[in-house]
Amino acid sequence: MSSNAAVAEHHHVGPGDPPHIHHMDSATAYGAAKLGMWLFLATEVLLFAVMFCSFAIMRFYHLAEFHDASHHLDLKAGAFNTVVLLVSSYTAAVAVTKAQKGDNKGIIKFFGISVACGLIFLLVKTYEYTGKAHHGMFPVVWNENFYEYKNFLGLYYCMTGLHALHVIIGMAVMVIYGILPARKNRYSGRYYTPVELGALYWHLVDLIWIYLFPLLYLVG
Amino acid sequence: MAHSHSHSHDELGHVVPESLFLKVLLALLFLTVVTVLVAQVDMGKWNIVGALLIATVKASLVIYFFMHGKYENRIIWMYILIPFILLAIMIGGVFTDDPFRSKPTPVGVSQQS
Repeated sequence: MSSNAAVAEHHHVGPGDPPHIHHMDSATAYGAAKLGMWLFLATEVLLFAVMFCSFAIMRFYHLAEFHDASHHLDLKAGAFNTVVLLVSSYTAAVAVTKAQKGDNKGIIKFFGISVACGLIFLLVKTYEYTGKAHHGMFPVVWNENFYEYKNFLGLYYCMTGLHALHVIIGMAVMVIYGILPARKNRYSGRYYTPVELGALYWHLVDLIWIYLFPLLYLVG
Repeated sequence: MAHSHSHSHDELGHVVPESLFLKVLLALLFLTVVTVLVAQVDMGKWNIVGALLIATVKASLVIYFFMHGKYENRIIWMYILIPFILLAIMIGGVFTDDPFRSKPTPVGVSQQS
């Protein structure tokens, strides 16, 4: 009862305070939110798992096609994008440490770098897609070049397209739940759950790409 | 894997020093260079095995350090591992089924017996 009275006295949530959640103290709420996020990430992995499984069986049937087609991808662009995402993942991790220390400016700076890296990633991806479109190896503008490699390219666009969608969502999450509240000094060592969950999502984006890059660009 | 850390009351999660993250980033960049170099050597079907092994080491580093996996409890580790086990079951199931099915003859191809 005494803790309830304390909550009632502090109904106003100041900057850096955790939000009031009924029947739950802030540490429990933090643990529950993180558990929920990991469950969501598990379903995300399963979403991509279906595509990795398709990739495995199609590669099994069309090994020569996959081998040739993967050489048509821009290895330099893929490797560059890998480095970009790894760096962005590092800055997202640092942003969480900054949040834990109550450094809102640090969150803005390091999530900002991550968002910028996401933008660079998408620009490079656009450059790659338009290059493929130029050779008729892109949906809608396809020609016989596409049909020669239809199994590989179909999976390539599904997997990288879905991944790119996750990049866009991840960037939005970092801006909406990280940077914008941090501008109002929302986070502190007592409350930084959205920053950590946003960073977890961004790490997943990086994690998927860690597998996509060698499978699509290197070994086909 | 799951560290049982004693948290003080005002500390929610483990605060990982930024210098550790930098070391992990350098390791990840090094492994990226390694995976590109290894792919240039023709090892036949072992190329994909090597690429997937290196990718898994990189993914483990990301989960263990960047995602604070090192400091998480058993329930979260269950959530981390189960999708990969399910993926293995799915790939195993597909490969022990599909290649052994009789395929319909594609339209326009004359049947040879």
